[in-house]
Amino acid sequence: MKTVAILTVCLCGSLFLFCTMEFPNWGDPAAPASMHLSPYFIQNAEKDAAVPNIVTAVLADYRGYDTMFETAVIFAAGLACFFLLRTFTRKRRNERLFRHIPTGIVLNIKAGGKIPDDPSKFERIDSHWTPNDLIIKTTCRLIIPSIQLFALYVIAHGHHSPGGGFQGGVILGASFILLAISTDLRSTVRRLSERTSAIMASAGVLIYAGTGLLCLLLGSVFLDYGALAPVLRSGSVMARSHGILIVEIGVGLAVMAVMIWLYYNISSAGKHDEGL
Amino acid sequence: MVWQLDIIILTLVIISGIAAITIKDLLGASVLFGAYSFLMCLLWAIMGAVDVAFTEASVGAGVSTVLFVAAVFQTTRRSKD
Repeated sequence: MKTVAILTVCLCGSLFLFCTMEFPNWGDPAAPASMHLSPYFIQNAEKDAAVPNIVTAVLADYRGYDTMFETAVIFAAGLACFFLLRTFTRKRRNERLFRHIPTGIVLNIKAGGKIPDDPSKFERIDSHWTPNDLIIKTTCRLIIPSIQLFALYVIAHGHHSPGGGFQGGVILGASFILLAISTDLRSTVRRLSERTSAIMASAGVLIYAGTGLLCLLLGSVFLDYGALAPVLRSGSVMARSHGILIVEIGVGLAVMAVMIWLYYNISSAGKHDEGL
Repeated sequence: MVWQLDIIILTLVIISGIAAITIKDLLGASVLFGAYSFLMCLLWAIMGAVDVAFTEASVGAGVSTVLFVAAVFQTTRRSKD
């Protein structure tokens, strides 16, 4: 069976390699894409939408549908992970670990034991990761705001430099994941609950689709941001630029929330109790 | 760009790709997959596709590695075959 599998893979791989010989060379000016599509974008992206970064203009404006459904796919991935993994049955663990904060002594409370109820003196800790590491916590506390600021910069500056909603959203989500890794899952869930992340993910997709719908209502075609000019009080070209920004914010919101949601569900096997 | 650099990174991409699917330890496989993503990001940056490289660095090398490690942590570290 294994030899058959290897043979099939080799056959498909060589077929792929054989087909790539038909492709135009990398950066070939005579390639069909370089002859018909690229010149239009290169010449008109700045004029049409006032966006110096052509990739952003193509992603969010010329190919707006594509990005909208990509966002919807990411949202669907988060939703699928939720439906597959999330469990709501409150099965008590056999034992729980609590750290007495002033002394650093760890108590192991067996099933049926009395749970310490003073949160200022006792904190619950994961059974897999017990050390109270001051260096990691302090470093992450210093580094997380910088990461979040950079993520917002990436989203807002996507018009002029590489980046945009997807990258910025992922970095913003990664900062929350770093918080969850450096402290524990429960404190992160307390800061940004599952309900909030689900609402934010839906809101991101809704912002994108709603912008398109608003264009439709203002008498243009779906996702033609030029129609937003009267709402944004600017010219048609600047309206397209601003429309791209609005859409990128929606993408960033959705991607961030879905990344956090995925992490919550995967790292705790759907229980949201003890994470990585 | 310097073509020697291109060849070196491409070789490393292939090595880490093959290593990621042959290694028995799944935690090692996820780390190797992160290395693969990062090398692909370098390759894209060399080819001038900076936006794609940025996406690969943040999604491929960053978040997906964490998600893989989390999945390994919740399941098993040894692969069955």
